Parts: sequence; C-alpha cells; structure tokens
Amino acid sequence: MNPILFYTFGGLAVVTALLMVTRQNPIASALWLVVNFFAFAALFALLSAHFIAVIQILLYAGAIMVLFIFVIMLLNLREEEIKPRQLQFSGLLGGGLVIYLIVLLVLGLLKIPAAPFEASTEGFGYVAPVGRLLFTKYLIPFELTSVLLLVAIVGSVVMGKRKL
Amino acid sequence: MITLNHYLILAALLFCIGIFGVIVRRNILIILMSIELMLSAVNLVFIAFSRYLGGLDGHVWVFMVLTVAAAEAAVGLGIIVAVFRNKETVYVDEVKELKG
Amino acid sequence: MLDLIYKYVSPQTLAWLIVAFPLAGALLNGIHSLLAGRFHFKPSKVFTSILGVGLPFFSFAVTLIIFATLIGFPQGQEPTMITGPLFEWAATQGLSITFGLKLDQLSLVMALIVTGVGSLIHLYSTGYMAHDEGYARYFSHLNLFLTFMLLLVLGDSLVLLFVGWEGVGLCSYLLIGFWFEDPYKAYCGKKAFIVNRIGDTGFLLGMFLIYTALAGADLPAEQHQNQFFNFEVIRHFSAYLLPAATPICLLLFLGAVGKSAQIPLYVWLPDAMAGPTPVSALIHAATMVTAGVYMVARLSFLYVMSPFAMEVVAWTGAITALFAATIGLLQTDIKKVLAYSTISQLGYMFLALGVGAFSAGIFHLMTHAFFKALLFLGAGSVIHALGGEQDITKMGGLKERMPITCWTFVIASAAIAGIFPFAGFFSKDAILWHTFHGGHISLWLIAFLGAGLTAFYMFRLVGMVFFGEPVMKAAQWMKVHESPPSMASVLMILAVLSAVGGWIGIPYALGGGDHLQEWLAPVFAKTVGVIEIGSHATEIVMAVLSLLWALHFVILAWVIYAQRKEWPARMAGRLRLLYRLVFNKYWIDEIYNFLIVRPLIWTSEKFLWGIMDVRLIDQFGVHGTGRMMLVWNRLVTLMQTGVVQQYLFFFVVGVILIIWGMLFK
Repeated sequence: MNPILFYTFGGLAVVTALLMVTRQNPIASALWLVVNFFAFAALFALLSAHFIAVIQILLYAGAIMVLFIFVIMLLNLREEEIKPRQLQFSGLLGGGLVIYLIVLLVLGLLKIPAAPFEASTEGFGYVAPVGRLLFTKYLIPFELTSVLLLVAIVGSVVMGKRKL
Repeated sequence: MITLNHYLILAALLFCIGIFGVIVRRNILIILMSIELMLSAVNLVFIAFSRYLGGLDGHVWVFMVLTVAAAEAAVGLGIIVAVFRNKETVYVDEVKELKG
Repeated sequence: MLDLIYKYVSPQTLAWLIVAFPLAGALLNGIHSLLAGRFHFKPSKVFTSILGVGLPFFSFAVTLIIFATLIGFPQGQEPTMITGPLFEWAATQGLSITFGLKLDQLSLVMALIVTGVGSLIHLYSTGYMAHDEGYARYFSHLNLFLTFMLLLVLGDSLVLLFVGWEGVGLCSYLLIGFWFEDPYKAYCGKKAFIVNRIGDTGFLLGMFLIYTALAGADLPAEQHQNQFFNFEVIRHFSAYLLPAATPICLLLFLGAVGKSAQIPLYVWLPDAMAGPTPVSALIHAATMVTAGVYMVARLSFLYVMSPFAMEVVAWTGAITALFAATIGLLQTDIKKVLAYSTISQLGYMFLALGVGAFSAGIFHLMTHAFFKALLFLGAGSVIHALGGEQDITKMGGLKERMPITCWTFVIASAAIAGIFPFAGFFSKDAILWHTFHGGHISLWLIAFLGAGLTAFYMFRLVGMVFFGEPVMKAAQWMKVHESPPSMASVLMILAVLSAVGGWIGIPYALGGGDHLQEWLAPVFAKTVGVIEIGSHATEIVMAVLSLLWALHFVILAWVIYAQRKEWPARMAGRLRLLYRLVFNKYWIDEIYNFLIVRPLIWTSEKFLWGIMDVRLIDQFGVHGTGRMMLVWNRLVTLMQTGVVQQYLFFFVVGVILIIWGMLFK
C-alpha cells in the first residue's frame, strides 16, 4: 500500500482520463484510454486484485480498445468530418455541473471517517479463490452472462449487417 | 497511509470525468469511451471495498461488469456503425430523431 | 310462548330483527326492481307483495313479542331493554358513536305505532298501487322508510336518531316525488327535502352544542366512554347541560319544527300530498311527521331544564294548531284539508309537550296515527274510486256508492273532532286539560278554539264528499265503486282502532285507569313549578264542555255543507277579504317566495353564478387550469429537443439534487 505508487498511478489515471475526454481526434482519445486502463490495472494490483488487473489489461486494453480503434478506422472519418473544437455554452454548463458534482461527492466522502486497510491474507485476489467463488456461489449469474454475451453477439451482428 | 477514502475519492473523480465526457462531448465514439471509463471507476470502488472488507465477492462482480462492458461495447459500436451508415455522422447533436 | 321463543333467540337479537326485517324487504325489493329495469322484465307483483307486506308484519309481530316481554317484567323492574352496541360506528379521540338500540316504554309505543300502522298501510298499498308501473320500487322505498323510522325511534343515541331522521327525510323525498315524471311532483319532493334541511341545520347545531358542553366538562371517563350522544349518557350528565339548555333545546326544536311541519316551516307538508295517498297516510300523517314530537319527548329531561324553550314549544304548537285549522276550513282539495289538519294536530302534540304533558302528547300522537291514517286511506279510497279526482266540490253523496269508506271516514272524523267515545276525544281532552291544569289559560283558549275549527272543517269535508246530492255526471257516477278488500279491510281495522284506541288513556276523572300515562311516566321528566288549577270535577266539566263545543261545530258544518249548499257562497261574499286571505292560505307561500326564495335565486344567479362561478371559478379555476397547463406545456416542450445529451444533462442535475439532499438534509 505504497502511497507513492497510489499517487503515481492515481494521478496517471486522472490525467489520462482528462486527456481522453478532451481530445479532438477519437484515435487520440482511444490511445489515451488505453493508457488509462493500464493505470487502472496498476491500481487494481495495488489492491491485491491480481486476477482482475490482468483481466483489465486483457479485456479492456486488449480486446475492447482494439474494437474501438477498428471501428474508428472502419468509419474512416475524413478531416472535415472531425468538427473543430469550439467553446460551447453546453460545454461550460456541463463542466460547471460536473465540477459541482465532484465537489459534492468529495465533500460527502470527506465526511466519512478514514477507513484504513488491513493487511491482506495470503492468496487474496488470486485466480483460484476468485474462480472457486465464481463457480460455486455465483454459478447462476456466471452462466447467465453467457446468455448476455450471446445476445450481444446477435445484436452486434444485426446492427452491423447492411440489410436484414 | 492510503485508506479506502482515497480510493473512493479517486473513483469519484474518474467517474465524474466520465460524466463530463458523456454530457459534453458530441462525438459518439468518445461518449462510448467515457462510459467505459465510468464503468472502470465503478470497478475500482468494487475492488477497493472488496479489499477493505476482505471478501472476494467484489471481484466476482467486477468480472460481471467487465462482461457487460464487453457486450455493451460490441453492441454500442454496432449501433455507431449503423448510425454512421445511415446518417453519415458520428455527432449526436445531428441525430435528433427523438424530438417529438 | 315467550319462553319458547327465547330458547332460540336472545331478546337483543329480536330487537335487531325489528329493524332488520323492513331493511331486508327494502333491499330485496330494490334489487328486484333494479334487476327488472336492467334486464327488461316485469317485476313480479306477487314476490313484491309478499316481501313488501310480509316483512313489516313480521317486524310488527316481533315488536309485539318484545312488548309482551317487557310488560311481563316484575313490578319495580324498569321495562327497558338496551341491546348494547352492535358495533362501533365511529371513534375519534374524544367521541365514540356506537350502533345500539334502546327499547323503553316510549320507543316501544312508537315502534308499535310505526310497525302496526305501517304494516296496515303496506297492505292497503297492495290495492292502491296495484296498477302502478313502479310497484316494486314503491315497496322498496316504503320498506326503507320503515327501516329508518324504526331506527329513529329505537336508536339509543342522538346520532342514530339523526340517521333515522335524515333517512326518513330521504324516503319522504323519494316517495313524494314517486311519480317524478310530473315536474310539479318532483318539485314538491325537493321542497320537502329543502325545507327540512333548514330544520336539520338547527338539529345538528343542537347536537354539536350537547357535545361541546359534555366533552368540555371533564367527566369521569368510565361512566360515558366518550359516547356523548348516547341518551343514557346525556341523561346521566344532564346537569352539565343546564347552562346551555335553552339554546340546545331551541336548536333541536328547530329540527322538530322542520320535520313536524310547524310554523314557520310547515309549508312543505301540504305540497307533500303530491305523493301516492298511502304515502301521505304513512309518512305525512301517522309516523314521520311525529318524529319531532318523539324527539322532544325523548329529550324531555333536557326540555324541562329550560322553561323558556318549553314556552316556545307550547306557543309554536298552539299557534300552529289554530293557524292550520283556519286554512283547513276553506281548502277544496281533499288531501290538502287533511294535510292542514295534520299540521294542526301536530301543533296540539307540541302544545302538550310544551306544557309538560309529555305523555298526553304521545297519547295524541298514537290516536292521531290511527285516525289520520284512516282519514288519508279513506281519502285514498275515494280518489282511487274517482280515478284521481281530488276536488271535493266535484264530489258529494258518495255514501251511496262506497258505504265502507264513508262510515269509516265518519268514525275517523268523529275521532279527530273529539267526539265521545272515539280515540281523539280522550287524547285531545288530555292535552286541553293539562294545558288548563298547568295554568296556561291563553294557550288553552287558542287550543279550544282550534278544536272547534277542527270539528268544523272535518265535517265540512265529510258533508261535501259523502253526503248531500251528487254533483258528478251519471256515467261517471256509475263507475264509482267500493275499494277492493285489501283496502277496505285496512279501513275497517283502523276504524276499530280509531274508535277504541283512546280507551287506554281514559283519565281517572272519567273513571278510567290512564294506563298509557302510567306506562310512559318513568321515561319523562317531571316539570317543575306547575300551577295546578282545578280538580277532578273541573276536569269532567271541561271534557263535557269541549265535547259540546265540538258537537256544535259538527252539526253546524253538517247543516251548512250537506244541506244548505248555497250558504258558504253567500258567506264568502259577505266576508270577501277574510275569505280570500284564508282561501289563499294567508299567502304564506307567496311571502316566503318573495322574501326568501326569490332573493336566494337572485343572489345565486347574479352573484354566485354570474360572478363567482363564471368569472372566478370558470375563468381562473377551470379555464385557468387549462391555460396554466398550456403555458407549462410550452415550457416543457422546450426541454424536449431530441438531443439525448440534454436529457442526460437533466439527469445529472437530478443526481446532484439527490446527493445534495442526502448531504445537507
């Protein structure tokens, strides 16, 4: 639970997230998001969630972001289709609103008394215990996710087809 | 000393940045990416609480969230492709079919 | 016999059955009638008759059983039965209203009259209404009336009395306007209902006063259990009502004035004659209109606390008695004459109550129920025979064609006129004697005069309808027929009752036992400070005097209206002004119309409707709501842009509000 590591990766996550939402070009955004996910993975690892950290990199940074970039390429946005960034009223309003939300949330969270972590047990967050839980207590939700994925596959195929 | 509160504040920050992206950006691709960011922020809360409480249930739920995120990305991108094919645009303010 | 009955049912259950029987009849006949209307079949007359007439007779039988039980109570034990609460109807912090019956000497006498006379009139109705379209509807209303009337007289609290009070008002409205296709009859129903409302306002206010007086007095809770309207409770704590006794009594009396058609609220009763004649007999003569008398008698312990209120009751009664009698002198509608005589007789009852002779009032109520029901039913028989004709100037000599009706009618007229030995003689004499005996000489004079007029107008009616030469055409004359047995038998039963009904109250002075007074005495409070004038000897002299007085008027009327038909016209010519004044009923209806109804209508139309309703409510309320909705609609449509991100924006605003509320609640 090293503070230096936390601040490094936490700061990295915030900065990359900000860069991601502000980039004009979606490709740049996507690449910053990849970096952001790496920072997330590091944070997960700091919390002894090793398995999840690996999955985060595999699934998000690997699979999903590749899909994003693939779609961006597929759409083949030309220069004029990427609108120049302009200061919009809605942007200011949204920014103000979000900042107020952040202030509220942080104020609220600061009210909570500090809750320090205890030393983690041996094997916490390893594949085996997570997998055991997944196949015992959470077996039915786990199996149901397969249905969800099937629906997603069908859905994206339907969406992607030119004609039905 | 890093406590649970640090992680919660960090997650809140990232989540709000995601909200900002969703409500301010016009590019639908970036909106989708912001949603992924929000999901990840929630995952961080799950993991932090899991660590704090010493149970692994949070991990399992993160697993579920990841699955949903993957499905959502696949369907969402499918929609984007379909919209682009019909409207020749990726900007949501140009898609106003909902207006009554 | 009684033991056998009580082996199977408790007396309390029996008491409830008195009310339940007519209610069942009302419901079954009502459903029958509604179903018939819904599914277009003709309501079964046999079914209706059996239920509608049989159930009231059952009720009467049950009342008789209970009467026999209570009369058989050993000496010294109060012949009273309280069923106790069937259920709690309403309960609030400081008030509890329960549903219970109280059968004591007074309510039993009332219940016997109501079920007895009521059942007979039901039986009569099967003949009178035989050809009516709404036969089932009629009986369901009539049974419902009986239910409410029994609730009124048997209820153990002022609230139940009021429920019955309003219920009979409703039934009265329904039955007066029974032939509602005729706008005039519907109008009469409304008039009765609305005029009664004025009195009921007073009644309600009186009830509220009782409540505030009792609830504010910090009484021991275990003795009243918050049942401040229960008669027992009111009676037990009546001392606490002493400071407010006069307003309470006057307000309650206002209710009685409305219900029992006294000056100034009597105007609805003559118009109530628009209903079927048996209805007039049952509701507007024998039972409902006496509810006010019953109420004052029931609360006698309250009235004796306020000499002023007693005075008001007595004077209202006496003046009404004389006033209505004078109007009755010149009416030409057979039912209107009877209506004014009812008002007049009710006045006598209130006079009796007002001078503290409560049992004399109830005695007269009872005999009046017999002979007035008989008079109305006889009139109904005549109207039935003449195909709806009610004008007595077009009748005459009917004795030949309808002897039963004629002679029963004569008996009833003799009873109401106070001819010895018919029922009315004893009861009216009791009232006159108690008035005189109590030192109210001026009241006595008014009542005495009224008694003479009663004899006069009643025998004027008899003379014009049944005696003298027939004035109608021969063809019509041949069609006149005696009523069917179902009607005639009722007339004969009531004639017997009218003849002998008074014998239970023959005073000691005339060698009787005055049984009714003895029976009722424990219920009534003793009046204080009565001046007693005269002795038994005086009483006999007075009785003979009033008998001669009445007889003299009977003969006078007989001579004038049956023999010398040209006299009335000559007299009318001489006293033109007076004649017109009385003939037009002192223009009371017109005065009310001018003073109250017209200004009310004017205010309603010009102010309440023209300004309040059209300008304020319509413009601001009704259309204003619509316009406000349009404005909001335009505002809200602005939000609906179709841009999902703006919707999300509002969504986030909502989230912020929720978090804000959670943080700074």
